[in-house]
Amino acid sequence: MDSFAIHTEGITKSFGALKALDSVSLDVARGEIFGLIGPDGAGKTTLFRILTTLMLPDEGRAEVCGFDIIGNPRAIRFRAGYMPGRFSLYPDLTVEENLRFYASLFGGRVSDNFGMVEPVYRQLEPFRNRRAGKLSGGMKQKLALCCALIHKPEILFLDEPTTGVDAVSRSEFWDILSGIKQGGMPIIVSTPYMDEASRCDRIALMNAGRILETGSLDEILSRNDMPVYAVRGENNYRTLQNLRHAAGVRDAVLFGEYIHVFAEERLSASVLAAVSGVAEVKGISPNIEDVFINIMGHGKK
Amino acid sequence: MNRSFIAFVRKEVTHIVRDPRTMLIALLIPVVQMILFGFAISTELNDVEVVVATPKMTPAIESKVAQMAQNPYITFRGYITTDKVDHCLSSNEALAVVVFSRDYDRNGKFQIVADASNTTTAQTATGYLTNILSESKAAVAPNVRILFNPQLKSSYNFVPGIMGLIFILICAMLTSVSIVREKETGTMEVLLVSPIRPVMIVVAKMIPYFALACIDLVSILLISRYALDVPLSGSMTALFALSFVYIILALALGLFVSTLVESQMAALLISGMVFMMPVIMLSGMMFPIENMPTVLQWVSNIVPARWYIPAMRKIMIEGLGFGYVAKEGLVLTFMAVALVAISVKRFNNRLQ
Amino acid sequence: MERNDVITADNLTKRFGDFTAVDAISFSVRRGEIFGFLGANGAGKSTAMRMLCGLSVPTSGHASVAGCDVARESEKVKRHIGYMSQRFSLYNDMTVRQNIALFAGIYGLSSSQIKERCRELAETLAFEKEFDMPVAVLPLGQQQKLSFAVATIHSPEVVFLDEPTGGVDPLTRRQFWEMIYKAADEGTTVFVTTHYMDEAEYCHRVSIMVDGKIEALGTPGELKAMFNAAGMDEVFRFLARRATRQ
Repeated sequence: MDSFAIHTEGITKSFGALKALDSVSLDVARGEIFGLIGPDGAGKTTLFRILTTLMLPDEGRAEVCGFDIIGNPRAIRFRAGYMPGRFSLYPDLTVEENLRFYASLFGGRVSDNFGMVEPVYRQLEPFRNRRAGKLSGGMKQKLALCCALIHKPEILFLDEPTTGVDAVSRSEFWDILSGIKQGGMPIIVSTPYMDEASRCDRIALMNAGRILETGSLDEILSRNDMPVYAVRGENNYRTLQNLRHAAGVRDAVLFGEYIHVFAEERLSASVLAAVSGVAEVKGISPNIEDVFINIMGHGKK
Repeated sequence: MNRSFIAFVRKEVTHIVRDPRTMLIALLIPVVQMILFGFAISTELNDVEVVVATPKMTPAIESKVAQMAQNPYITFRGYITTDKVDHCLSSNEALAVVVFSRDYDRNGKFQIVADASNTTTAQTATGYLTNILSESKAAVAPNVRILFNPQLKSSYNFVPGIMGLIFILICAMLTSVSIVREKETGTMEVLLVSPIRPVMIVVAKMIPYFALACIDLVSILLISRYALDVPLSGSMTALFALSFVYIILALALGLFVSTLVESQMAALLISGMVFMMPVIMLSGMMFPIENMPTVLQWVSNIVPARWYIPAMRKIMIEGLGFGYVAKEGLVLTFMAVALVAISVKRFNNRLQ
Repeated sequence: MERNDVITADNLTKRFGDFTAVDAISFSVRRGEIFGFLGANGAGKSTAMRMLCGLSVPTSGHASVAGCDVARESEKVKRHIGYMSQRFSLYNDMTVRQNIALFAGIYGLSSSQIKERCRELAETLAFEKEFDMPVAVLPLGQQQKLSFAVATIHSPEVVFLDEPTGGVDPLTRRQFWEMIYKAADEGTTVFVTTHYMDEAEYCHRVSIMVDGKIEALGTPGELKAMFNAAGMDEVFRFLARRATRQ
């Protein structure tokens, strides 16, 4: 099992009647960015808390860096860098003081592992003496990452690091993660943004406590290939209603300027084009959101 | 681990120093309370306005009135006729009227009529007047000697009470809020995931507040001694020892609260209301425990201040030493140890 | 055309001290249009939106919403708009029905109208059986759909949505957009801010704010063509990288 950075088997956790995690099994290889992708309430945070030894699972077992989460939590605590979903900095301490505090929490100094955080910290340097509470969202997120890295962890847990941050900061953040990965550190990151799947080596799609799919983005897409048409109408709302009633259409959902039509095999583009209000039809490969919706739809009813 | 502990304490100090509200609560409130209770709020009556009603003047009455007028607590407002007594009180011209009998020279009879719309002041005023007026009748007057606080100064009584209150306020409230704040901001999660031991987090949190409480202790003692003339005649070692135990107990209370609640607001409410009320009502600070119903007397035993405040009274005012407060000391120590143990155990190193 | 503009902003400006949060922005939104209002964190979106809702007085410039001046007739503005944000939406301890009745009552609907609206919403939201349960037990996505229904309960001319879809699953998100399309189709103007760039593509037109100014405005197709980009996120990143504010 030592070849995996994380190995879990049948992790289950309930809060009262709510099943937050339902038999979650996954493996994260060394040196990969693993994305847990799913909406709020999927169980991402609970899984993170169990893996970082903050919570005990009701059932199942897990190892992080080869150490059992129940039997040897302290070994994991020395080795894990963790950035929780909430703003985990001290707002009344300055940028520099936050970093220094988190370094000393692990008995070290900022200089011990400055090399790893330097590329990120250089962007924060001009605001060294600013209180963390006064930083912009993107800056806070970068500082929190520095703080999670400063003790030279062997594995990095990032719980929704890009939530509520604008698209530019999000994209910069992913660039930083790619840089850290070059050093061989496994990174497990959760996000509600489907479009971030492409930045991960492998992903797990999660919903309502269960893992729907695991694999690389391409694997998941090819495994779930199905006929999808992108349709544009003169008035998308009305066209959508018409399409739903058309023969051969399993489902139709809005997607940006287009309507994505999940079609049965026999449906052809020309049939769709004849539906009232349709201006344009093109066959497309399903994207990750389409796949997610499709799997979810099956799971539901 | 040593370095992380020191860093932790330094961080806590920074939080306190950077938050003006905490500093204000911690350092100003004790002083304000001491001054309020010491000077402004007092059960002493310094200025009892008295008029005298007499059917006829005699030298005996005159000398009695002169004696009364000399008393520092009494302000003599003049003579009225006996039919004006009620009017004089209802118009608030005086708090009490001394009515001498027609035959005062022979039988020494007099009557005190007091405005009892405030029972406390009426009682005190009556007490003063009875004392003065009956003095010459040595044969009948009891010889009362009041020990330890011969002037019945109320500040003597309040200083230990304020100490009992302040330490709960500073220690329990501020520590509980500071721990719960970390839960709210999410930093607690990172702390728990780090290898630092929960007991270290707890102790590091307590140290700065312990220091603050010590500053308060010293400033309260200085104000007591030099501004309020409280004798502080007992064993200082006992005073400090007991106070340290009480402070630690209050810190543990704060820690205990922080393990129960998830929001700063709840922490404030519990330490502000749930802890303050018993200190004020059940500790003997305001109302004598002996006068309470038996059930409340029994309940009062679990209020730490009920042991601390009387012990402070014994030391500061009666001038007693260690031996006389041993029982209180033991009870407080037991409570402190138990509470620290329970809280540290409850302060889990996991969530939920 | 003039008559059809439900929102107009003319050199709308807001300064805090010597910081210009919103710097002379001008645009107009037509009736029934879905207008995406994008910008990086701190670009001035929220400040601009607050002015349009009549919550904040402009330092200079003008804006009118549903024919009312936002500075002089802010109370009138509030009667013609609906507002939904991610943070405040509903009272969690009250049932779905109670929430609907409360907000309908605030906007002065009669009790027969409220009953009618409840029946309609039960049908459109498709969770009739949850109608007498507290809002807290509903999944997040359902809560957001309900918030939108409540924000539009008085059939406002304009509805302002402040990052309405954070954290919900993609299916719910698309259903949510379907509700928005429906409202727009019925003549309600929709003004929406979001961090999801793919969501910008659902809007009829979008504007992108950088450092307090509107740097780009047009249909998603026009903007993508103008910046030679495959998606709106590329357009956004290109513009927002120029921001100098921190």
